[in-house]
Amino acid sequence: MNGIFKWINDRFPFREMAREHLTEYYAPKNFNIWYIFGSLALVVLAIQIVSGIFLLIHYQPNDKSAFDSIQTIMYDVNWGWLLRYAHTTGASMFFIVIYLHMLRGLMYGSFKAPRELLWMIGFAIYLVLMAEAYLGYVLPYGDMSYWGAKVITSIIEAIPFVGDWLTSLVRGGFGIGTETLNRFMAYHVVLVPLILIALVVAHVLALHQVGSNNPDGIEIKAHRGPDGRPLDGIPFHPYYTVKDVFGMGVFLVLFCAVMFYAPTFNSLFIEHANYTPANPLKTPPDITPAWYLSPFYAMLRSVPDKLGGIVVLAVAVVLPFFLPWLDRNPVKSIRYRPVYFAMVVVLGIAVIILGWIGMEPATPALLLPGRICLGLYLLFFLSLPVVSRIEPTRNVPERVTS
Amino acid sequence: MDQDDIDDQKRKFLTAATTIVGAAGVGLAAVPFVRSLEPDASIAAASSATVDISHIAPGQQKVVKWQDKPVFIVNRTPEMLASLDQVTPKLLDPDNKHPQQPPYCNNVHRSRKPQWFVMVGVCTHLCCSPAFKPDKGSVKPGWLGGYHCPCHGSFYDLSGRVFKDVPAPLNMAVPEYDFVDNDSKIKITSLFPKTKLC
Repeated sequence: MNGIFKWINDRFPFREMAREHLTEYYAPKNFNIWYIFGSLALVVLAIQIVSGIFLLIHYQPNDKSAFDSIQTIMYDVNWGWLLRYAHTTGASMFFIVIYLHMLRGLMYGSFKAPRELLWMIGFAIYLVLMAEAYLGYVLPYGDMSYWGAKVITSIIEAIPFVGDWLTSLVRGGFGIGTETLNRFMAYHVVLVPLILIALVVAHVLALHQVGSNNPDGIEIKAHRGPDGRPLDGIPFHPYYTVKDVFGMGVFLVLFCAVMFYAPTFNSLFIEHANYTPANPLKTPPDITPAWYLSPFYAMLRSVPDKLGGIVVLAVAVVLPFFLPWLDRNPVKSIRYRPVYFAMVVVLGIAVIILGWIGMEPATPALLLPGRICLGLYLLFFLSLPVVSRIEPTRNVPERVTS
Repeated sequence: MDQDDIDDQKRKFLTAATTIVGAAGVGLAAVPFVRSLEPDASIAAASSATVDISHIAPGQQKVVKWQDKPVFIVNRTPEMLASLDQVTPKLLDPDNKHPQQPPYCNNVHRSRKPQWFVMVGVCTHLCCSPAFKPDKGSVKPGWLGGYHCPCHGSFYDLSGRVFKDVPAPLNMAVPEYDFVDNDSKIKITSLFPKTKLC
């Protein structure tokens, strides 16, 4: 047996990879619960790919049969309902996990040097994920699928000169129909998952190159023992592999609770309007995007101008990308930055309120709160270059605390 | 971390126990995915055929296609039914020892009701479809009515039971079926699991 292993290892770097990324990759020993979400994101990605492949076997990308193929899956295919609910639950779970993952980055300064590129790749993953979710949402061809496709692809029309032509490229025609479903399926099933997987691999490699941050924001590589290992580090395998398996177990319990007992989550995970087949002649009265896009939708609605709203939306989506350069303070973690901590709290509350506003019908009463929260959101990023230079910080310890 | 405090036995046990439970979990989780690949309920529904028998005259046979096979439905006359006991000595398996029919058809007339005969018209020799020959004396002297296969000459009686000394080894198969719509229709659903067609 050992002979076989040696033969393989002489020809493929399994042993070296295991050392570099698992048994001799040192992670800080003070990880808390905020550090489970990265590996959970991998778990959800796997769930989506597996459930997605099995759904694809029964799906029909045709405007006459798409909705019915979903019904076939739900009622005729053995365990089809489970495949469908796994995929819809996974989609929302993906965003819950990713938002918490990003919040961790924000709190502990994981976007700061030397992890700027790591943050950029992660943010690219977030944008690609939004595209993937949007494309997938159109495929069941319910009423919300249709109108969501119509509205979002209409944004492209706003682009000067080439807008109309680009929109017809995206839709495959002048309206949403079979041509749209066919190409959205190709993007959703092949193109975007390949991009996503490539980005995730890049993300992990970039992380391993610099090593993980930790809740104290201290660089563990600054204090090494006589053998060169970080004093505050522990080998990823077996400590964090085992711990992550436990975390995965807890997560799967919650996942299954939702999937089996509350898959629609009161119209949040599967909107009621999408249980009606696509009707190109009538927009549903309560049209909203999925909950995970809701804060941005609220921002769009806050601006009373078509192009202006799109510009603000684009800026708002892209601003966090520049965090490594907007935040000038060398102290990483909120534990030692009380002012920044307060700013993050305000940002979080603003985003949550915006998310709630985005799910409500567009009434005039909500305009002012929406605009205030949009202002607070933008202010967080735009004031950071100044505030981070002058904010008082606590003394950062040399070695990690628990 | 004090090396002396590590309990290796406990660690081995926990690792093994977790692995076993995890493997069981993965195995169970795989079941829905694999089973979803099986033909779904709509295909199973399309696999039954419902036949209107109200237009079949006494003594007549109707042939319908079910799952791409010919099914014979005969409105047997009392004369035809009487012949069943007369041919018994000439039959290979008159008592249906081989389960070529569902349990409720395990009788002389191999059907739910003596009058209505339902059978998959496939010769148990090499799968040709035997010809319906109900008229006395029509195939050979002493012929009381039944089936004659054109391919290699096997003979069956009016309950599809195979004769001795012919190439075919078994009685022709009777499928699972029900009377529906106030007995005006017969619904053929599936093959009894133990039957062999050909």
